[in-house]
Amino acid sequence: MIRPDAGRAAVGGFDVVRDAHQVRSLIGLTGQYAGVDESLTGVENLVMIGRLLDLPRRDAKERARELLRRFELEDAGDRAAKTYSGGMRRRLDLAASLVGRPQVLFLDEPTTGLDPRSRTELWGVVRGLMAEGVTVLLTTQYLEEADQLADDIVVFDHGQVIASGTPDQLKSTTGAQILEIKPADPARVDLVAQVVADVVGTWPDVSADQVHVQVKDPSVVPAIVRLLDELGVIAAELILRKSSLDEVFLTLTGGQADTDVKKTDVKKVIA
Amino acid sequence: MTTVAEHRPKAVTRRVGPASTVRHSMTLTWRSLVQIKHNPFELIELSIQPLMMLLLFVYVFGGAIAGNTTDYIQFALPGIIAQNALIATIGTAIALNTDVTKGVFDRLRSLPIARTAPLAGRIIADSAKQMWSVLLFIVLGLVLGFRVGGGIAGVLGTFALLLVFTLAMSWMAVLVGLTAKDPEKVQMFAFSFLMPLTFTSNAFVPSETMPGWLRVWVEINPVTQLADAARGMLVGGEVAGPVVNSLLWAAGAVIVFAPLAVRAFRLRA
Repeated sequence: MIRPDAGRAAVGGFDVVRDAHQVRSLIGLTGQYAGVDESLTGVENLVMIGRLLDLPRRDAKERARELLRRFELEDAGDRAAKTYSGGMRRRLDLAASLVGRPQVLFLDEPTTGLDPRSRTELWGVVRGLMAEGVTVLLTTQYLEEADQLADDIVVFDHGQVIASGTPDQLKSTTGAQILEIKPADPARVDLVAQVVADVVGTWPDVSADQVHVQVKDPSVVPAIVRLLDELGVIAAELILRKSSLDEVFLTLTGGQADTDVKKTDVKKVIA
Repeated sequence: MTTVAEHRPKAVTRRVGPASTVRHSMTLTWRSLVQIKHNPFELIELSIQPLMMLLLFVYVFGGAIAGNTTDYIQFALPGIIAQNALIATIGTAIALNTDVTKGVFDRLRSLPIARTAPLAGRIIADSAKQMWSVLLFIVLGLVLGFRVGGGIAGVLGTFALLLVFTLAMSWMAVLVGLTAKDPEKVQMFAFSFLMPLTFTSNAFVPSETMPGWLRVWVEINPVTQLADAARGMLVGGEVAGPVVNSLLWAAGAVIVFAPLAVRAFRLRA
């Protein structure tokens, strides 16, 4: 493990520098690049890990088959990993990190570059592990993913923690909700924007015939509705909702969409 | 709660004992060799390059260099074995570098295993492959008319010396494998360093016809020393001098490359 420049970290009560060996026996790791030996078969990759974790040969084989079944790689188990698709490789890599039944699992951007179906499948696996009591620490660029999976979220920007909390807490940190109004007559969208600006005090975003604004005080909504009614504007859609994590992130970072640097740590802590 | 208990590993030990270190190293040796079991063709691939070298040198250059192929093979076989020992370290460097660049190395270092096992496993496996190709050279040599003058002791001595020499040289391979950006860079190193090193020796050709300045280097070249040692033991002739010089080169390689390789390894692991 890399020595920290400063500070300390502990996993399961073990210091990551002093007790590195104990820490390694508690954790599983899945990196951005699938760390599987491509010239070995799926079974052999997992048996190798099992043997390195001091499982007897028979148990290592059994565990390998069990994990391949779980990740729907059974049929590919005896094929070299180099013949696997990207999604299969990712699943094999995840299986490899589970051979030792880790208490804490680190997933470094596990869904980067996966198609939507593989991503949904992977989310299912992560949820299953969390239900079994595994603590999952997952980094992701997709705030949607953090929202879907996480109990606790830590948001980093330019290497600094800029926010942390549950998804709901984060969404309410900015104290804002989102009001969206879509007039039935698209021509009247500017009028709606004007009304919203007058009541809320900030000029709303107008896009796709829709007005979109952050509101801190929900009581503006009846006022806007009343004014629109007086002006005879019919709203086809009028929604007051929580901010999405993307909107929270943009607010926290002062609106710069510097998404390349953003990184979200999602921590699932067992109850 | 039962599920949580199930996820607790059997024992959380403080560190890895020597027995586990050996077991982990052997598992990783198995990992490097098991591909051969599945794909017997790999064994052929592994053998074809050395065999090609031997056949080409003996039948294409042999007559021109030594007058006839039978005399030439007596001279060239030990030389080619020595040259091959050095070239084989590229395999170690490439395999190690592939592990590093493909993330296998990261996976291994996240496991509670002996820190040295990934290196040890690789080197043991490559030494086994190396011994296989030496055996192959000698057997093919015998078929082509090579006469072992040194008897079984000479053959075993050659094996032992090559093993020591390649183990020492694998420190260089480890250093290159861990520090190169990608496997192509390792190939470049092989062509720009190992090729000239092995060719400026008396492995293939006696040094008598070379210019004086080159001969000075050829005489001290480790490949020359190793080739002469193998000739002494397999065919007959002086043994002690070249064996000692080969071992000095091996020691030198360890002294220079081991600390650098360990440093590179610490940075990676």
